[in-house]
Amino acid sequence: MAKAGDKSSGSAKKSLKRKAATEEPQEAAVVGDEATESGVKPPKAAAFPPGFSISEIKNKQRRHLMFTRWKEQQRKEKLAAKKKLKKEREALGDKAPPKPIPKTIDNQRVYDETTVDPNDEEVAYDEATDEFASYFNRQTSPKILITTSDRPHGRTVRLCEQLSTVIPNSHVYYRRGLALKKIIPQCISRDFTDLIVINEDRKTPNGLLLSHLPNGPTAHFKMSSVRLRKEIKRRGKDPTEHVPEIILNNFTTRLGHSVGRMFASLFPHNPQFIGRQVATFHNQRDYIFFRFHRYIFKSEKKVGIQELGPRFTLKLRSLQKGTFDSKYGEYEWVHKPREMDTSRRKFHL
Amino acid sequence: MKVIERAAFPRRLWERVRLNKNYEKALEQIDENLIYWPRYIRHKCKQRFTKITQYLIRIRKLTLKRQKKLVPLSKKVERREKRREEKALVAAQLDNAIEKELLERLKQDTYGDIYNFPIHAFDKALEQQEAESDSSDVEEKDDEEDDEDVGKREFVEDDEVDESDISDFEDMDKLDASSEEDQDDKSSNEEEEEKALNAKHKGKTPLKGPLQRKRAYVEIEYEQETEPMAKAKTT
Repeated sequence: MAKAGDKSSGSAKKSLKRKAATEEPQEAAVVGDEATESGVKPPKAAAFPPGFSISEIKNKQRRHLMFTRWKEQQRKEKLAAKKKLKKEREALGDKAPPKPIPKTIDNQRVYDETTVDPNDEEVAYDEATDEFASYFNRQTSPKILITTSDRPHGRTVRLCEQLSTVIPNSHVYYRRGLALKKIIPQCISRDFTDLIVINEDRKTPNGLLLSHLPNGPTAHFKMSSVRLRKEIKRRGKDPTEHVPEIILNNFTTRLGHSVGRMFASLFPHNPQFIGRQVATFHNQRDYIFFRFHRYIFKSEKKVGIQELGPRFTLKLRSLQKGTFDSKYGEYEWVHKPREMDTSRRKFHL
Repeated sequence: MKVIERAAFPRRLWERVRLNKNYEKALEQIDENLIYWPRYIRHKCKQRFTKITQYLIRIRKLTLKRQKKLVPLSKKVERREKRREEKALVAAQLDNAIEKELLERLKQDTYGDIYNFPIHAFDKALEQQEAESDSSDVEEKDDEEDDEDVGKREFVEDDEVDESDISDFEDMDKLDASSEEDQDDKSSNEEEEEKALNAKHKGKTPLKGPLQRKRAYVEIEYEQETEPMAKAKTT
């Protein structure tokens, strides 16, 4: 009887139930052993020739068996290694080397060459002369027009209303079939600085178009996970009329910088700290999370926040140089899924 | 566009007549070409012609207006993006990030004088060693304590004027036993007065913060309980 395959390190319990495996390279060893053994499993180390892997065993049950055994062995080794490491740590006490940092996607992010260095002069010069310069120099204060696509449904309408309470100095107008290209000159003539269009699909808002008006850049976002005020658990009372503060997190690259400045230019300059409200745009892995909170400082090391207001996440789809013009516009950045989504560690914002 | 049958010649069976561009003239043309045909067929022909012209007009008008462009969504891409969004949300740890940012701003003193946390102010004074408004608060407190020392000889509490004579700093040990019992009774009254007075001379909104901190230090609380009283008496 060919008892091939019995030879693996130290599993004597499974001796008698070996099934015949078709491991041709083993046959030589088996033939040699046949003379000596007569149904007794030899507890020797495996004589597998190199280059052999468990997946080459044709018999499914035997293969599964070998695999589970291998897995158990791996697990035991890993556990032993961990225990050893822990003991060493304790033995060393204070002199133990610092714990290795686990790898995360954000840690492993592919370095983007357009990351802005805070001391970069060129960037500073660019930002001083771009379209938002007038806002950041306090020459203009924002006035926002919020509108939707044609025939908005209830959710979108309510989202518009809630947005208008979040963003001070904003007005909601319904679009009754007017073309955007005709709306824009009218807005400019009435001194609006920004235009927000919320696009709707099948009764849920799914897109946001943010256009800075006097010929400023236009950003088109995909909007997802919209939660209106009543859907937020443990929320506070409605936001007051105070001007909120802004937090912009993680906008590191040039593109991120321009998008961040776009968001910042929506809000007036002087946040009223009495209001204790804060609007947050947090960028993580190219998704921008918008939250609106009220905070209270319980001590100087502890702050409590309470969410009010709508929340949604945005993903930048395209950034266009001028105001909205889908056919003839000059696109600064367009998201191309087939080229840009290939690497899991590469982000653009 | 007209039809006539000449059954013998299939190629020449149908006769096509091009109609005028003018609607009315075209109707007349139909009439004159279909002259011996039954009235019903002529009528139907004209109706068809009318329908066609109308929809052609509509097409021309619509192309001038905005046209909705339908963009197909790929389910695979949508699913992938949704999953990535969820993971990004978990990785973002939004609440922590916001709290950290707010505390940073508090440290950077962007809020100015609105929040007066005494220990914070003390630390800053230690670190910076500059005469700022925060440290001046600390100095004010020292001054107040001095006043209180002076005032304590004379006035202590509203209710127990008798005890005020006894309570000197030297006799605090004796008093501690009795006063602490009284403290609990009076603490509620004095908290209210403290609140009112805090609102008066510090003018800040989060009242719970400083109150909580003051409760941690029992001795200081005792002194400060008397201090507002002293102020009330003197002013």
